[in-house]
Amino acid sequence: MATEAHAAEGATGYIVHHLTPLSVGEGFWSLHLDTLFFSAVLGALFVWYFKSAAEKATVGVPSTGQAFVEMIIEFVDQQVKDTFHGKSPLIAPLALTIFIWVFMWNFMDLFPVDILPAVSSMMGMEYMRVVPSTDLNATFALSISVFALIIFYSIKIKGVLGFAKELTCTPFGPWMMPFNLLLKVVEEIAKPISLALRLFGNLYAGELIFILIALLPWYIQPLLSFPWAVFHILIITLQAFIFMVLTIVYLSMAHEDH
Amino acid sequence: MSINATLIGQMITFTLLVWFTMKYIWPPLIEAIEERKAKIAEGLAAAEKGQEEMELAAKKAADVLKEAKQQSADIVNLAQKRANEIVEESKGTAKKEGERLIEAAQAQIEQEMQRAQEQMRKEVSALALKAAGQILQQEIDKAKHKELIGKVSEQLGQA
Repeated sequence: MATEAHAAEGATGYIVHHLTPLSVGEGFWSLHLDTLFFSAVLGALFVWYFKSAAEKATVGVPSTGQAFVEMIIEFVDQQVKDTFHGKSPLIAPLALTIFIWVFMWNFMDLFPVDILPAVSSMMGMEYMRVVPSTDLNATFALSISVFALIIFYSIKIKGVLGFAKELTCTPFGPWMMPFNLLLKVVEEIAKPISLALRLFGNLYAGELIFILIALLPWYIQPLLSFPWAVFHILIITLQAFIFMVLTIVYLSMAHEDH
Repeated sequence: MSINATLIGQMITFTLLVWFTMKYIWPPLIEAIEERKAKIAEGLAAAEKGQEEMELAAKKAADVLKEAKQQSADIVNLAQKRANEIVEESKGTAKKEGERLIEAAQAQIEQEMQRAQEQMRKEVSALALKAAGQILQQEIDKAKHKELIGKVSEQLGQA
């Protein structure tokens, strides 16, 4: 069920259309409005819901909403405590934000692929890519922020010299300095890249499958899209969880002094 | 598939979200959770302690009951013993009293008998004297034979 404008271009046109972001501007300074809009709305939804739970939080018997929020909080807290042995006011809230935000991004994947683009095309917007995690900008924004925190904490905990020493003198000792540095830089750079690409790849591929299923005759679609959607409930949660856990692991590695 | 300024916008949003979570969401919730955890732990500990105390109290109650039973048994035994004693004592008393009564009665009988004998002796002597007097009315001078009469009456009394 492709939109009119791309119906003529066939399947390829339909797929390309669905994966093209609504963007304004030219070159580097262009903005993907759909990514920005949906992630901001989802982020607002997250903080609104959790904030209202936090305001109403009581030590006594919790309401269902509070219990739900607390369950998530405790889950995240447990993950942080299992991995990170130290005190940091940032890591646990950071992990929570990543977990919920990424989960909500991914959840957009479960909306039927044509609904939101159809609505927005009625409102005059030609392109609409609703899943922020299928935008490299979104996933890299997260992973680069995490990377900045890794560098920040590495320097804060170990000092500039300590961090420099770790970069140059491990794992093979000072005589292998250039080789060590090369190894370490690759290791560090790999962290944000793998974080961002893992999330992006999973969700981009998942969305692509949904789009492909949407190209099939209507009587076959449910047979395929239903199991794929059920499977995706696992994938979206898992990807959010992986992103969160790896963030905690990387940051606790940054906190470790050798 | 291009990296562009969206990245920067997303990073800003992310920073704001993390800041907000760190400042307003995480602390009150985790505090409530920890506090409740502490409360529950306290409650569980108290319950356990209460149970222990209850067990202890039950044991104590059993002990007290046992002691009370023992005591009551002792009291009953003592009372029985005392009752036996009293019965024995009263039996003894009654026997003594009876003996005493018998003795008194015997003494009285003896006394009565003596008095009767005395009486009889007096009467017999008077009778004898009277009879003898009648027989010897003329010959016997009372004053003259007083000694003789007294001897006879004494002999009679002895008989």
